[in-house]
Amino acid sequence: MQQQVASVATADEAVAKMTLEEEGRRKKRLWAQGLLGFFAFISVGTYVYNEYYIYLSVYLWFGMIYGMCLQYGKFCFSSAFRDLFAIRVPRMLVGIVIATVLFGVVSAPITAIGLSTFHAAPVSSHAVIAGVFFGIGMVIAGGCASSSLYKTGEGNLNALIVILSLSLTQALFADVGGWANYFVPEAWTQSALEKGLPASINVTDGWVDQYLAGYVWNSPALTYAQVLGMKTDSVSGAFVGNLLVGILIPAGLLLALVYALYWRKGYRNKQKKAGNVVSGLGGELAGYWSMIIANKRTAIAGLILGIACALHMLVMQGLRVKFGFKNAGVLLERIGWDYGLSVQGTVFDPGYWYVTTQEAQWVGWTLQKMGINNMDNIYFGFVNGIPNPAINPADWMSFSLIGGAAIIALYHDEFKFKKPTWETAMWSIIGGFFMGIGARLGLGCNVGAFFVRVANGDCSGWLFGLGMAGGAYLGVQFFNWWTEKKLAKEMESCGL
Amino acid sequence: MGMKFDKTDEGRYRLNVNGYVCPHPQIYTKKALEKLASGDILELIFDNPSSGESIEQMVENDGNELVEQKKESGQFIWQIQKA
Repeated sequence: MQQQVASVATADEAVAKMTLEEEGRRKKRLWAQGLLGFFAFISVGTYVYNEYYIYLSVYLWFGMIYGMCLQYGKFCFSSAFRDLFAIRVPRMLVGIVIATVLFGVVSAPITAIGLSTFHAAPVSSHAVIAGVFFGIGMVIAGGCASSSLYKTGEGNLNALIVILSLSLTQALFADVGGWANYFVPEAWTQSALEKGLPASINVTDGWVDQYLAGYVWNSPALTYAQVLGMKTDSVSGAFVGNLLVGILIPAGLLLALVYALYWRKGYRNKQKKAGNVVSGLGGELAGYWSMIIANKRTAIAGLILGIACALHMLVMQGLRVKFGFKNAGVLLERIGWDYGLSVQGTVFDPGYWYVTTQEAQWVGWTLQKMGINNMDNIYFGFVNGIPNPAINPADWMSFSLIGGAAIIALYHDEFKFKKPTWETAMWSIIGGFFMGIGARLGLGCNVGAFFVRVANGDCSGWLFGLGMAGGAYLGVQFFNWWTEKKLAKEMESCGL
Repeated sequence: MGMKFDKTDEGRYRLNVNGYVCPHPQIYTKKALEKLASGDILELIFDNPSSGESIEQMVENDGNELVEQKKESGQFIWQIQKA
């Protein structure tokens, strides 16, 4: 009798727990719908107020797609290199290669007809060095610039600290002068002076200013099409130079290398265990394919991301043609928001997916409002400006990216406020710092300096990626040492 | 809270990495599994969704077995048997 009463009570408790959990999931889904409604309201409301706002809304909705894809596929550039080196798992690298190839395939016709918003960056060893800094940072921080955004959308406050650290480092680094000028080679200073920049920029005061105007800008901005003597915006240049030589061949070789080093042995062991014989080219191709489709969610996310990134460029260029401007600085002036435009009247308006500059801008804007001049440097004052974050086009993309990730996380019951501990907060700050330095040295992050550039045939993209892989390797070695030390202490008490 | 590893029964161990973000959960899991004996069970508790994707593939690639996957209030509780 007592046993029966106990089992009924246990069953009741289980039912109550399930009901409570179901109620929790229902509330999360409601929050997701509310968020979606909020972004729709912003889009419709601002469009009704002034049609120019549709330009910002395009950034917003593509940002939302990026956030949804990143969260759905747990898409993280940091993980691509880190998990390969740390635990020999290539799933994320495969996802990123799929996304890059798809982005490249859809971009090629857009480039060929001259409707791409992409501009190649200067090519030199600075991209590799910048990548090393960024790679170390993203491993220590626990995520790259884009994954920190989507993880913030999952309620991860460590990721929010990474964003804050990354943003602050960039804004301060872009403006550092005074004592830092002693570390500028004389040749950079002279070369920077020869560029004839406006007096308001005060180019001889600022390490990054002289690095940019005196060194980086002297390097050629090249695409693979140009290296092969073709015009970038031609059919042969876009398809043969950029897509085939710049993306498909290196991507195929990279995956083949990853297959040989990290996948083949495990695949063959599994087949052997299952009684299957793997031999010849057919066997190798089957193994190669099994690596590609090993994680469907990541592959699907990569596929959608790649296509969305290219379409984003096309839509932005279409709107620029429709409204008759080349930079959103003109648009902001037309709608009466002219605070924080650069000396050229421009603002940061990449026309494609980008992450780090808009993060630096809101810190720059805040500091400017606090009375600290942030417009006397090239980064803000000459090129990107520091508009109000509420009206900054690229910020709309980042906010909605966080929102899109939150919507998917809420729907899948993966949203949870995760408070940082002292240890994790420390890693977030240090990692964000290194990423901030790397992003400014490389003129972009894992998205702007690697993903977008590789997919558009920019020669500096793979260079940044090479540095990023090297940095990630160093970061993994550090964490291997750190975790080994901590775990050994815990395991000793269990006799292991 | 920090990382916690303890023995729960003969041949059964628990690794709690709640609160940690990538790459800590996957690296701790890999290192813990390396030190267990064949047949031992590791109960892994974590709350970082993206780590799960990597750990799942790592377990499969290494020939170990994921014998149970539970999700409770935003945290994941997995039982992994060492091959």
